Amino acid sequence: MSTPLLHAEGIAKSFSGVPALTNGQLSLRAGTVHALCGGNGAGKSTLLNVLMGILQRDAGYVQIDGREVNFPSPHDALDTGIAMISQELEPVPDMTVAENIFLGREPRLMGALVDHRRMRLQAEQLLRELELHLPANARLGSLSIADMQMVEIARAISRDARVIIMDEPTSAIGERETELLFAAVERLKARGTGIIYVSHRMNELYRIADDYTIMRDGTFIETGAMADIDRHRLITTVLGKELDEEYAKYNRPGADTLLEVDDYGRGKDFERVSLDLKAGEILGIFGLMGSGRSEFLDALFGAAPAERGSARLRGAPFQPREPGDAMRAGIAYVTEDRKGSGLVMGASIKRNVTLASIPDVARNSLIHEGMEDAVATPFVERLQIKASSLDMPVKQMSGGNQQKVVLAKWLQTQPSILLLDEPTRGVDVGAKREIYAFMSEFARDDRAIIMTSSEIPEVLGMSDRVIVFRKGRISGELHGDELTQENLVRLSS
Amino acid sequence: MNQASSSATPTTSATDHRNRITGFLSDYGIIVAFIVLCVILSVVSPYFLGVNNLLNVLRQVSINGVLAIGMTFVILTRGIDLSVGSMMAFAAMVAASFAVVDSGMPLIVPLTLGLAAGLALGCVNGVMVARFAIPPFVMTLGMLSMARGLTYIYSDGMPISSLSPSFLWLGQGMVVGIPVPVILFAAVFMLAWFTLRYTTFGRYVYAVGGNPTAARLSGIKVSRITFSVYAISGLLCGLAGLMIAARTSAALPQAGVAYELDAIAAVVIGGTSLAGGKGRIVGTLFGVLIIGVINNGLDLLGVSSFYQQLVKGAIIVVAVMLDRSRLSNT
Repeated sequence: MSTPLLHAEGIAKSFSGVPALTNGQLSLRAGTVHALCGGNGAGKSTLLNVLMGILQRDAGYVQIDGREVNFPSPHDALDTGIAMISQELEPVPDMTVAENIFLGREPRLMGALVDHRRMRLQAEQLLRELELHLPANARLGSLSIADMQMVEIARAISRDARVIIMDEPTSAIGERETELLFAAVERLKARGTGIIYVSHRMNELYRIADDYTIMRDGTFIETGAMADIDRHRLITTVLGKELDEEYAKYNRPGADTLLEVDDYGRGKDFERVSLDLKAGEILGIFGLMGSGRSEFLDALFGAAPAERGSARLRGAPFQPREPGDAMRAGIAYVTEDRKGSGLVMGASIKRNVTLASIPDVARNSLIHEGMEDAVATPFVERLQIKASSLDMPVKQMSGGNQQKVVLAKWLQTQPSILLLDEPTRGVDVGAKREIYAFMSEFARDDRAIIMTSSEIPEVLGMSDRVIVFRKGRISGELHGDELTQENLVRLSS
Repeated sequence: MNQASSSATPTTSATDHRNRITGFLSDYGIIVAFIVLCVILSVVSPYFLGVNNLLNVLRQVSINGVLAIGMTFVILTRGIDLSVGSMMAFAAMVAASFAVVDSGMPLIVPLTLGLAAGLALGCVNGVMVARFAIPPFVMTLGMLSMARGLTYIYSDGMPISSLSPSFLWLGQGMVVGIPVPVILFAAVFMLAWFTLRYTTFGRYVYAVGGNPTAARLSGIKVSRITFSVYAISGLLCGLAGLMIAARTSAALPQAGVAYELDAIAAVVIGGTSLAGGKGRIVGTLFGVLIIGVINNGLDLLGVSSFYQQLVKGAIIVVAVMLDRSRLSNT
């Protein structure tokens, strides 16, 4: 076997004495896509951050083309040809596409001035080469998330990056954008670029990855060719245990109507939305990005109230003007963006769990710490939240565990209707199943769930009934045998 | 299954213990710094540890201390209040105008009106920031100028002096050997500490600063909390106004210029993050004390006030730098 493009071995890293990574190992061949697989807290992010120079390793070595390298900062990694595309590495939204691509290495005029014309021309040429139909002078902030990602990829290529790390690149984009991304990945492979690819979506890995490396509990487990491992063995190796059925579904919709929405509308986001929700039901809402599905949930929760139409909850008029109104009526809302709108990232697990029910842990406006512990502790057990203590800041947790903290926060308000927007985004396979099981358990008796998702298998697997949104309107409703991928795609596009 | 559930239960272990130690250092590193500073000063100046000198330091810091406590509330919500010095001057002027010896007003009148003047301006800040979404920096920068203007208009640019002895007691009196301003500062500190640590309001303040969107979607009335912190800051400016007029025996229209900078400095040295949601009132207390002790120490050593400014500025930067490096090490 020839020298790998990138080889890392024995990488270790601890945070205040707590090891996050004990033996990270990865060998990437040029012109291939390498899937890095692992569950919550497997150490994937830590390994990638070490490779990128964001974190400094405690032990081990990294080689590029067989030569040992050391990156004191991400800048050094970039100079050596390693780039990372993730949701965290934010571009500059107020600059143009071209300015973002050449950020930090703008073509110069007389050594000091930025040569805007040359920069734009070079950017246009690069975008053409990549078959990206994006205007070089558009403001980056005006683009969709998928297009921004494409710009990040263009930037990586323009730096002659030979190793590109993609951390959950499809978690925020739709099916069509995913196809564009994969096409770009194929072109990168043809150029000899090596790609380290992290995704919790198995289908994607089987589609584009050549090799895989599995990590668990901060340690390298095994590596091999994607063609040699089947889906079942991949999942069980990632989890380290056998799995129950994926969509553990045992709720059953009843006859009573819990919620009726009549002719809801708001601005240009959505209009003429009428639907009902039965007790015991999991109602799926499917739609592409911008179809109005999240905006509709915002309205039901009073976060951005509806301007037209009406709603009835258990027969009584329901008109939420702010989240507090919806919460008092027994509605809880897990948003799609847990970092931005679900959690206080710097605060502890305990404080996040009680965030929506602070009065519950207080008497006469005085916080009672014992009550707070008593509230938070049972959720750790019930939702299997992995944490060393309740005082651990949630930003140190993996995506799946963070999502469970959000769920705990809302369960504490004892809701009867749960609005879940992309409940498993950025969550690993194991935690996904736990969340599915939790959903089934929740949607019983006089409780119900409205869930949106852009993952078709999840929508089909978990919903009793699906309403499809297209361009702010309901384009169809599917039950029973009509619940197929073809129907969802047809109605949504 | 066994594997998952065993690791799911929180455990008290060695790592927990270590977290507690690093937690202690990050909470109380500032106290260590303060003690080191005191030790150095007591070595280089024999007068430093004298009871009179220490009381003098406390008396000097009490006004900045009261302002810095209000500032801590504001900064915890990701805000800033640049108008504290001007609001204090206005409150001092209003109070003094009702406290002159021959006015014949009972003491309660200037006290109430002084506090009310500060509170009213703070409420204006609060409404504009919370209700009309004016950025705090802009709103309070405007108020810095407006409150100063009001002070000049109200006083016609003239100081108000010959204040009644009962009013002066607030700034110059003693209770069991402790200066009254120090007692007021201590009382405000205790109240603020208790509020932030034990009340639901305190919890809301941290939540709003930590992530306003998440706080709002969790049913917290974010604009009400935001309004309240500016009102609190204004009210404390009112109290500081009473204290400064009583201590200097006069209300001066130019009093308190640039006081906002010392208040912000104390909060920042105390480890409260300008990004909001993180910080402690105990940190602010020691930030205030560190600034006071440095000023006092440099005075005792006969260093010119020009150099004092230089040193104070450098210390702010170094304090934040140490804070950063400590955070990145953990």
